[in-house]
Amino acid sequence: MSDELDKKTNYAGRLGYSYRRNLHERFIEAILFLSAFLSVIIMLSIVVMLVKESVVFFQYVSLWEFLTDTQWTPLFDDAHYGILPLVAGTVVSSAVALMVALPLGTIIAIYLSEFAPFAVREVAKPFLELLGGIPTVVYGYFALLFVTPLLQMIFPELPGFSLLSAGLVMGIMIIPYVSSMTEDAMRAVPMHLREGSYAMGATRFQTAVRVVMPAAFSGIAAAYILGISRAVGETMVVAIAAGMQPNLTWNPMEPAATITAYIVQVSLGDLPHGSIGYQTIFAAGLTLLLMTLVFNIIGHLLRKRYREIY
Amino acid sequence: MQNNSESKEYKSHVKGLNFYYGAFHALKNINMGLHDKKITALIGPSGCGKSTFLRCFNRMHDLYPGNRYEGEIVLHPDDVNILSSKVDPIEVRMRISMVFQKPNPFPKSIYENVAYGLRVRGIKQRAMLDEKVENALRNSALWEEVKDRLNDLAFNLSGGQQQRLCIARALATDPEILLFDEPTSALDPIATASIEELIADLKDKVTILIVTHNMQQAARVSDFTAYMYLGELIEFDETDTIFIKPKHKQTEDYITGRFG
Repeated sequence: MSDELDKKTNYAGRLGYSYRRNLHERFIEAILFLSAFLSVIIMLSIVVMLVKESVVFFQYVSLWEFLTDTQWTPLFDDAHYGILPLVAGTVVSSAVALMVALPLGTIIAIYLSEFAPFAVREVAKPFLELLGGIPTVVYGYFALLFVTPLLQMIFPELPGFSLLSAGLVMGIMIIPYVSSMTEDAMRAVPMHLREGSYAMGATRFQTAVRVVMPAAFSGIAAAYILGISRAVGETMVVAIAAGMQPNLTWNPMEPAATITAYIVQVSLGDLPHGSIGYQTIFAAGLTLLLMTLVFNIIGHLLRKRYREIY
Repeated sequence: MQNNSESKEYKSHVKGLNFYYGAFHALKNINMGLHDKKITALIGPSGCGKSTFLRCFNRMHDLYPGNRYEGEIVLHPDDVNILSSKVDPIEVRMRISMVFQKPNPFPKSIYENVAYGLRVRGIKQRAMLDEKVENALRNSALWEEVKDRLNDLAFNLSGGQQQRLCIARALATDPEILLFDEPTSALDPIATASIEELIADLKDKVTILIVTHNMQQAARVSDFTAYMYLGELIEFDETDTIFIKPKHKQTEDYITGRFG
């Protein structure tokens, strides 16, 4: 026993090579690598699947028609394959959502990070995160059955389905993501920066807006990008509350379909696999993927440009 | 009320100051005068309360809950106790600036770092900002090095330059007292020498209180020195007296390196 202990602690006169230790390390490295690589593989297979199926679609419909036609009616006899109405629906509903989520999420984060006493933060944060745990289908019906009638009291001409109502509720849904990540980024700013600001006679609000937020910029940008991606990819709320008719409009007061809502509609329908109608969802999905990819790249560039330096 | 000659000679008087971090009694009955337009050094072993004492002067402790002051720090010529709950800490910080241990420039340009205190005070006129920023940078001996790149991010400066930038930031608002909390402990010897030279040059303009771990630094730059131990002010006198003929055995032991 003591011999073994001695062997483990006393390295004098020993300068060798332990195959056992190195094998062990290699094994652990391999497992870690595979776990990390799994997400890459999944991402790549999704892209391959989307591209492969979209190729079938684009053999039938030209890319030019896809990008420029102003109607999306693949399920009708007079079929049109213009993605613009779906893109417009996605952009408008996301814009409404972000106009709610980004300002409110940021304000909440500023309050929780810089103003709220410890006790308030401890209570408010779990509640806020609970908001993010509500199933999106509940939000969808909340929009359709509560928010839309409420909005109709203000705008009597508002139809039963609208991008406005869906967007507003989607915005509420995204608030916790934005506020939570923004708050984390702001709280990570070291205290000595805040003290420097206070020492110059700054108020809390001046410190929060002029020093803490710029210092946390890259984290805040990441929070915003996540919020945008959530809005663009959100499905249930828009499928329920925005109506499912593709409609080329930039007016949030109208009903319209988003890319995601259309995909749900078709995949739940009874179109035969392999039909051109069915293939449309892959082209739509690829468009969605490219849109979120662009946002992510912008986010990545912003983060690199304004790296956190304290 | 102080009589005239006294308030002319002194910038501030500390009277019976006690400070508590929650239940911890960090400063015990401190009494001393801060001489106007002189450099006063605070020395003592780690944990003796010298930084805590320094941070009372700009009410930095107000930022954290559970801290409590007792006693007075009277600021002349107003003869007002700046620790009073009737005094807004922001007003105190408008008149008493601070430079920290670690250079802490803001994530802004060099220009905006120096202009920060002025902007916080609501100054917007470009000409005035330009003039004050240039003056502050000249007074902190940084102007020649940065005048061609005022819009560069402050983080691109070296550590010593960053600390001089922080001094410029503190100077830009024309403070009456400038607090230094071990301003050179994160810097190399050359940068330290330039900061010390700068501090010595500043005493014609402003009253300076400096915390330092470095005895030679205290001896080199200060006019008065206070030795603190375990939250108490053991000895306070002219720097020469403290270093050549201290009255207390304990002070002598610390200065000669026998303890601490």
